[in-house]
Amino acid sequence: MSDMEETEGHPGPAAPHRVIGTPPPSPRLLGSTTLAEGGDGEAAEAEGGMHLHGLPQDDPRVIVHANRVEKIVAACFIFAFIAGCGFIAAYIGLGVHTVDKTLRSNLALGTSLGLALAALGLGALLWVRHLMPDVEIVEERHELRSDPKERLAFEEEFKEGAAQSQFVKRPLVRRTLMLGMLPLLAAPIVLLRDLGPLPGTSLRYTVWSPGRRLLVAGTNQPLTPAEFSAPGSMITIVPEGFTDDADALTKAAVILIKFRPGELDIPTMTQGGTLIGTMNWTVDNIVAYSKICTHVGCPVALYEENTHHILCPCHQSTFNAATGATVIFGPAPRPLPQLPMTVDAEGYLVARSDFTQPVGPSFWERG
Amino acid sequence: MSENFEVPKALSGVGGWLDDRFHGARGFRVLMRKVFPDHWSFMLGEIALWSFVILLLTGTFLSFFFVPSMTEVVYHGSYTKLNGIQMSEAYQSTLNISFDVRGGLLMRQIHHWAADLFMAALTIHMLRVFFTGAYRKPREVNWLIGIALFSLGLIEGLFGYSLPDDQLSGAGLRIFEGVLQGIPIVGTYLAFFLFGGPFPGHDIVPRMYIIHVLLIPGILLALITAHLFIMFHQKHTQMPAKGNTERNVVGQPFFPYFLAKGGAWFFFIFAALVLLSAFAQINPIWLYGPYSPIQISSASQPDFYMGILEGSLRMMPAWEWNFLGHTLSFSVLIPFIVPLTVILGGAALWPFFEQWATGDKSYHNINDRPRNAPVRTGIGMAAVVFYGVLWAEGANDVLAHKLEIPLYTITWIARVLIFVGPVLAFVITRRTCLGLQRKDAETLLHGYETGIIRQLPNGEYIEVHKPVNEEGRAVLEAKEVPALMPPPGSEDANGVPGPTSRGVLGKARAAVNRAFAETIVIEADGHGNGHAVGDGHGPEIADEEHEAVGAPSSPAELPHGDEDA
Repeated sequence: MSDMEETEGHPGPAAPHRVIGTPPPSPRLLGSTTLAEGGDGEAAEAEGGMHLHGLPQDDPRVIVHANRVEKIVAACFIFAFIAGCGFIAAYIGLGVHTVDKTLRSNLALGTSLGLALAALGLGALLWVRHLMPDVEIVEERHELRSDPKERLAFEEEFKEGAAQSQFVKRPLVRRTLMLGMLPLLAAPIVLLRDLGPLPGTSLRYTVWSPGRRLLVAGTNQPLTPAEFSAPGSMITIVPEGFTDDADALTKAAVILIKFRPGELDIPTMTQGGTLIGTMNWTVDNIVAYSKICTHVGCPVALYEENTHHILCPCHQSTFNAATGATVIFGPAPRPLPQLPMTVDAEGYLVARSDFTQPVGPSFWERG
Repeated sequence: MSENFEVPKALSGVGGWLDDRFHGARGFRVLMRKVFPDHWSFMLGEIALWSFVILLLTGTFLSFFFVPSMTEVVYHGSYTKLNGIQMSEAYQSTLNISFDVRGGLLMRQIHHWAADLFMAALTIHMLRVFFTGAYRKPREVNWLIGIALFSLGLIEGLFGYSLPDDQLSGAGLRIFEGVLQGIPIVGTYLAFFLFGGPFPGHDIVPRMYIIHVLLIPGILLALITAHLFIMFHQKHTQMPAKGNTERNVVGQPFFPYFLAKGGAWFFFIFAALVLLSAFAQINPIWLYGPYSPIQISSASQPDFYMGILEGSLRMMPAWEWNFLGHTLSFSVLIPFIVPLTVILGGAALWPFFEQWATGDKSYHNINDRPRNAPVRTGIGMAAVVFYGVLWAEGANDVLAHKLEIPLYTITWIARVLIFVGPVLAFVITRRTCLGLQRKDAETLLHGYETGIIRQLPNGEYIEVHKPVNEEGRAVLEAKEVPALMPPPGSEDANGVPGPTSRGVLGKARAAVNRAFAETIVIEADGHGNGHAVGDGHGPEIADEEHEAVGAPSSPAELPHGDEDA
């Protein structure tokens, strides 16, 4: 039965859930369970007044407890001091400039600083919870809305000022002022014009041109069909003369895929009278597609040899390489453009022309 | 309790000197005794605040060493694996911060972790404010400021982690550019002006830098200051409890309690971020390598707060519309615009929609318990599920790998869930809220189960119920139900048609109003649930009669609410 009495005294709606046989929640030494639960009315009356909850400050139990906590708090702060010194020592003592040293320095600096901060926090928390008396005060809220008299006075004064300004009475001044400010509102936008060149038709073209050699990305060496004879592999190609030009490569990067005889079957595709895909642009079952995904421009980089699927790792658009890089799944709206390809007099793979359609993501003017 | 002690000469001297000039004593007295209500959920916003402070501190440090330039250099430095590699000065200086500046790596990692924590805390703080109705009058403006802070935080984060010009963030930037291009009419121009020409160009890093370190932080700082001042001026909301009324604020004074607690909280958050940065690596850009437009790594993921945009891009089918020589790329536009508009736009409009639906224009200083506002809580959970599905889909490749479910299957599940999930969440949450209300009503009526079984002289076993104490009763009774509007077509005493009589909109308003006004009435006759063990968990239909639609009880007094009078 005494269990139940305890339960009843426990504040809050959560009380029902205590299981019988478990100890009752222990009252906090400075907690708000015992004294001065001064009722509603009293709390509201004493505007700005204070209610000291818990045991009185001079109760011997409180003093003993407080003295113990004081030592713990002090220990926390001393620990923070030591850890803080450790941080400075680690900064001075531990060098960087190699990976291992950097990681060691990071660990030492982070641990010491983190512990110092945590100790400060813990000390402050114990201090406020166990040394400061549990004070709760009640404050009246003030009406946010101004009282009607004040509102009226404001309105009067505003009207008076507006009348003095003649703003309403003289529309010519008012309107010409607005007119005068109009161009200045547009000025900041006009000023931004030189942030960049106009796009023009630049998104339609890449640096590929007839006879430009396909170089293997990384080695920057030209390639003959014979050198790329292992079916099932995919390599990245960059255009000769632009191997380090990020702006050019963003549009011109190409993937080259070698097929076994008979596997590659690109139907002749046209768009608005322009040829955009055909077997004639392949060489020895090698096909070249734009590496730039037609969704939002990530490089398509994953190739699955058995299924001939090209996967863009960004948003999982999947293309079938064997049939002209047609879209199988995902948000890409159209196939990867095919680069017309042939071999030059020395037998190296070269472009027949630029892509016959814009590469990469859609844009308003693409059509 | 005030022990008398001498104020040190130095302190009183300075104080006096300042007061002579600024008349500060009065203002500071008010500040010192300012009451702050205490509840664990009120600390969430503080996490965001302190993360922001830490971001400013660490960001300032990083800016001393970071070189916001895309000039190409060849690296020869401490990270020998990248020796001889061509990279931008931005990437090189980030390597130098990591490996050649003592404490640089720590600061970088704290900065990144703090940014993630900032966005996470903002998100959870906004959920708290939403689910407790703390955005209601007079706090709508602070709610809108919060949404602005969240939106700016997204851009600030994106630009921040893109600055090092590494492979991972470069891919993200390329996606951002591809999305910009997709905007009708102005898209290509926007992209060219932002990047100073075709992607990647040489301007984007310095431009993002100044936006990241000056423009957006400046706006954030101004908005956060406004947010705090408004909160201070309007006084914080409080949870329903005994002694808490709409007209008072109960809690501990700023000085010394809130000051000490806030300080301790700052130290704890800072400590957590520093320890995370010591032990948990984040954004190791040296492993990603410098950006190259022809490379990509699999499982590329943005920071978590961009996850929903990533997920919506992945989920979208390939819809595109070509007409009159133009391309409208829905597969880019819809993912870019719709999720954020639904969530942020919806959040921004919600307080005003709720006012319209409930007709409630009164002040609210006591928060709602989520169960007592089933429609709001249901909508909130629907939004959480909507966000969650998009967010999980943002990692569909990782999920497919870990769960061994085919990638396309996951995407198809997400495509269905994005529509079904929120509806289910709304229905389930609403029902759950009503169920919890029913439980509250039951507890108020019959008390709570003590778990004590007693045998009566006639051999019957009963469970002893105890009445709820005063504190509990205050919480349970703090339930405020929107008033039901008169039905369409009705007029008041003066023959003026009611607000629900204005055409189609009026009918819609009446319907929404009915949903908002639905509640479980606390009945005094105690029918339904018995006293014995196993109270009547009857079938759903039987419970239905408890929902007295249209008979709202409003035990909590509304002292304000004079606006419409």
